[in-house]
This record gives sequence, C-alpha cells and structure tokens, in this order.
Amino acid sequence: MGNMSLVSNAPFHFYTRQNLTYLTGRKARNLQELLDGIREAPSATIYHHTHHYLQQHEFLSPEPANDFAYWISNVLQDDVLGERVASIDLRQYFRLHDIKSKIITVIEESIQKGSDPTRNVPAGEEFHFMRSQTFVFPTKYFAHNLVKFKECLQQVSIFSIYYHMFESRLRLQQEQCDFSFWVHNALGEEELARAIIKLDPYTRTLENLRLALVRLVERRLNEDIRGEAQRL
Amino acid sequence: MRIYVAKLRDYEPIVGSDIIDELELCASKLSGVSIQNINSTAVGGGVAEILMRMVPLLQELGINTCWDVIKGGEKYFEVTKKMHNSLHGQEVHFTKDEIDLFIQTNEMNAAQMDLRGDIIFIHDPQPIGLISRKKDLGHKWIWRCHIDFSNPDPFTWNFLKDYIEQYDVSVFSAPSFARDLTIPQVLISPSIDPLSDKNSELAQDVIDGVLERFNIDRNRPIVTQISRFDYLKDPVGVVKAFRQVRKYIDCQLVLAGGGASDDPEGMKVLAEVQEEVNNDPDIFLLLLPPASDIEINALQRASTVILQKSLREGFGLTVAEALWKAKPVIAGAVGGIPLQIAHKYSGLLTHTIEGTAFALKQLLQNSEYARKLGENGRERVKKNFLITRHLRDYMLLFLSLNHKGEDIVYL
Repeated sequence: MGNMSLVSNAPFHFYTRQNLTYLTGRKARNLQELLDGIREAPSATIYHHTHHYLQQHEFLSPEPANDFAYWISNVLQDDVLGERVASIDLRQYFRLHDIKSKIITVIEESIQKGSDPTRNVPAGEEFHFMRSQTFVFPTKYFAHNLVKFKECLQQVSIFSIYYHMFESRLRLQQEQCDFSFWVHNALGEEELARAIIKLDPYTRTLENLRLALVRLVERRLNEDIRGEAQRL
Repeated sequence: MRIYVAKLRDYEPIVGSDIIDELELCASKLSGVSIQNINSTAVGGGVAEILMRMVPLLQELGINTCWDVIKGGEKYFEVTKKMHNSLHGQEVHFTKDEIDLFIQTNEMNAAQMDLRGDIIFIHDPQPIGLISRKKDLGHKWIWRCHIDFSNPDPFTWNFLKDYIEQYDVSVFSAPSFARDLTIPQVLISPSIDPLSDKNSELAQDVIDGVLERFNIDRNRPIVTQISRFDYLKDPVGVVKAFRQVRKYIDCQLVLAGGGASDDPEGMKVLAEVQEEVNNDPDIFLLLLPPASDIEINALQRASTVILQKSLREGFGLTVAEALWKAKPVIAGAVGGIPLQIAHKYSGLLTHTIEGTAFALKQLLQNSEYARKLGENGRERVKKNFLITRHLRDYMLLFLSLNHKGEDIVYL
C-alpha cells in the first residue's frame, strides 16, 4: 500500500507534445478510395486521423469520433458504417497498425454487406489524408510524491496530459499509461494505478480527463489523511 | 486603422498560462536561429496584417525575426495581381514580356537583398524567385502560400511549381489546397487575433450605437452575413434563404461588406442584390468603408445567427470571427470552412438555399441548440484558430526543418 508522503527516487517528469500537420496530397472521393488510402497510409497518417480530433474538437459537449467516422457519417452519409467506425474501441489497441487493421476490416465488412464503395461525395468535400509530426518537449514540472503529482496535473497543459495518457500507451504498447506506470512502480499505488488504467480517455474532453485524474489522486490522498487521523 | 500590437502575456487571460508557457518552451528550442520573412508589401492585405502581429510576438519570444519587403514597379504588381487571380481559377493569359518582368524583378531583388536569415520565409508568389539564391547561400527556405490553391490555372501553377519545388518545405492554409509536389506540404491555418478591433470584446453601448446608426432593430432577431459583394459569397442566395424563413419568423437580414466601389464585378453583384432586395425594410445592405472593424465586430456581436453561404472559399476567416463571438453559424461546406465547423457540433454546414433556410429556421426557433453550437464554436476557435496557435505552428515549422522525415522528434 502506498502512502502520500512516500517520496519516489524516480520523480515523474512531465513532458508535453505538439503536432505539426502535413498534407499528403492524397484524397478520397468515395468509400473505396478511402479504404485504399487507409490501406496504404503510414502510421503517422493513421495516428493523425484517429487522434488529432482529441485536441482539435475540444468541445464543451461530446465530440465526433475519429476523422474517418466523421467523414463517413457527415459527408458520405453512411450512418451505419460511420457509427461502426466511430465506436471502434481505440483503447484496446496499443499499436497504430492494429487500429488501422481494425478500421480496414470494419469498412470491408460494410462493403460486403452493401455499402456502395463508388458513390462520390460532392466536389470539394473529399477526405484529405494528412499526417502528423510530433514534437516532444520536457516541461519544468516534476513530481516526487502524490501531493506534488496532483499539483502538477492541475498546472500542466492539456497537451501534457494528452502525451502521458494517449501517446504513452502507443509508445509503451501496453495498457499502462505513463501516469499509472509511475504511481504503481515508483509509489507502489496499485489501486490508484488500476483506477487510472480504467479511465477511458477517448470519450472525454481533455479538461474533463484532467479533472478525473485530479479527483482520483485527491481521493487517494484523502484516504491517507483519514487513515492517519484514525491512527492518531 | 488602429493596430494594437499585443504582448504575449496579453493573451494569457484568453488562452491560459499553460499555452503561453508552451510557446515559450517551443521558442527556447529555437534560440540562436534567425528568421527572415519576405513578402511584397509592408501595409495593406492579409499577409502584412499577419506579419505585423506575428513578427513582434516572435521577437518577444526571443527568436531573432525580421521582415523585409521586395521592390517592384507598378507593372510588376499588375502581373502579380493577374497571377493571383489565375491562382483563384480565373482564366488569364500572360504575355512573354509579363513573364520576363516577373523573372527579372525577382532576379533584381535576389541580387540586391540582404538574405541573412538562417530560415528564409517567403510569403506568396510575388517574391518566390528569390529561391535562386539558395544554391550559393544555403540556408533553409520556406514558401508560405496564403492563397486559395484549390483550382489554380494550369499555366500559372506549372510556372510556380518549378520555383516551389526548390524550397525545403511549402505551407498551405487548407487541405483542399494541397498539390502534387516533391517537397513536404505543411498545413497551417490562418488565425484571428482576439485582441484586434475586429474581435475584442465590445461594450453594449458601442454595439447599440452601431445598430442605431444603421437603423437596425435590436429587439428582433438579426441574421447577418459579413462578406464582400461577390458571386462566390452568394449574397442573392442569402436573401432568398432569408425570405423563405421570414414567412414564418419575424427577423431582419444584414448583408455587410466592403470593397465594391473599386471593383466592377462587385458593383454588378451589389446591383443584383439590390434588385433582389427590392427596398425590403427588413434587409440592410451595408457598404462599409475600409477600417470598419469595430462596426463589423458590433454587427457580429448583435447577430442572432451568422451566415457564410459561400459557394467557394479560401479559408473563410469570417467564420472564425463569428464563432469566436459564440454565435451560431450556418455556412457552405467549402474551402477551409469544414475545418472550422464540425457539422452539428460547432455550427451547421449547408449546400443549398433551401438547406440554409431550413437550418436558419431551426436555429432561430431553438435558441438553446443555437447557443450550444455557438459555445462549441467559440471553444473550437479558441483551441485552433487564434494567433497563439498560429505562432506555435510557425515555431514547429521552423523546428521541423532539422527533422525531416521523423514522425516523432524528442527535443
């Protein structure tokens, strides 16, 4: 069991990341061209179209899913397929290649079931394939214990939260994110780590995600305070 | 026109200290790098306006940034204006003399200018030929296209392409402007400045004063489209859509824009709109002079719904301006507009007059839905279309020049 006063020898260093978007010049007018484009897309393209919306569509109300789903639903107007692509549980995939394979499978199945792959959208509304280049920066924020960790969570940018919650899973290729990994391994906070792993970051706004993380840490800190009071 | 050059920390109450901190973090990785911006004019036009705000902010961030302007005679700028029109898809024929003049003016500037930046940042086609100095000077070269490139005239495109492909990287404003090029193409959307006259908060008495000046009734819903009188902005379509709505809802229409007096086509469009309006007392056609930023701001803030019913569009920054004021927006799904509006989340995208009328009825009769769209739209602009994001993208672009082909760069 961890303790809020436990000081880790391996402090958590918050990083942040920013993306630069590249145009590939490739576009899709219909479902078949979208499928072909996805098949041939590098990981940086799959990453862009399944993750950039998390920062760009920082809505106050629930946002559309990934770019592919948005285009299929709103432009191609294939609601059923759009819903299927939108509801792919990105959280269960740790490799971009697997996300790509899943999207391809869902679209292929839809074509087999009757989605028209050659119906073109109006000119000017094509799907444009892009890719991201990610720049990772170390920030000035370090945490040695849970109290400081909570403070940092409240102060860092949403891009830092994003980096440690989303990109770390793709980088580590496992269910753990940087936060859960650190609280577990450096502070011995198994339960808190499990609670962080259970958060589904893909269905929350980033500010909401920050709030959820802060609450989890706060709850853990309050437990410690109550325990301490009972001992006294 | 008053241009207030803001300090970086002036933006902190709007975007948050974390965003400003990250701009400083990004800038720290560019210490010792000098950036030389070059365009064709120091005043007037969108590019000069952006540079006027961007250069001081980059300097404040500690990046050695300067801005120079090429020299050219009247005839040269007539040629570049033709070139501009042809990039917008207009069919234009160039004589050999005109092409020679373009080449010679660029050669003259290339020979005379002090091209000293570690990164030479060329804006738009006018100075594109300066790239001829790359062979002897080295440096990194960026070509930034601020123009709608979705349907360029083939001759002009091929002429420019030979220059563009000598650059290290090109930059475009919207996905639909992407071309078949051998060099990387970066997407950097334009931005609005929340502290400018056009976008800053206004006192209610200023807004009321503007409405009073134009005799607009502030007690009835106001539907507004801000744009120059241009076929591509479909002002006649806007009037027709409004008429379909007014059968059921008592409301007013404001069509406000400038630039018609010196533009023969603009005058023609205005005449057609006037004919369509036919002295309807609920439709206000406002021909605004240049430097009417506060009036435009006030009209947008007084509006119940804002339209941008474009048939073709560059980026369409008037949409971002409207969204920034948390207004529900109905716009054509063209050019850069779909980047700004996610349909049914941060506004409504339409394709026809009937569709626009239907959307307008929905928003005028469902104020809670309209309010939500407006709030989402403001949030979207805050995250993606303010000058601070533009600044960040430029710094990432500069950093990217030393990290070609790397998907992830650890700094």
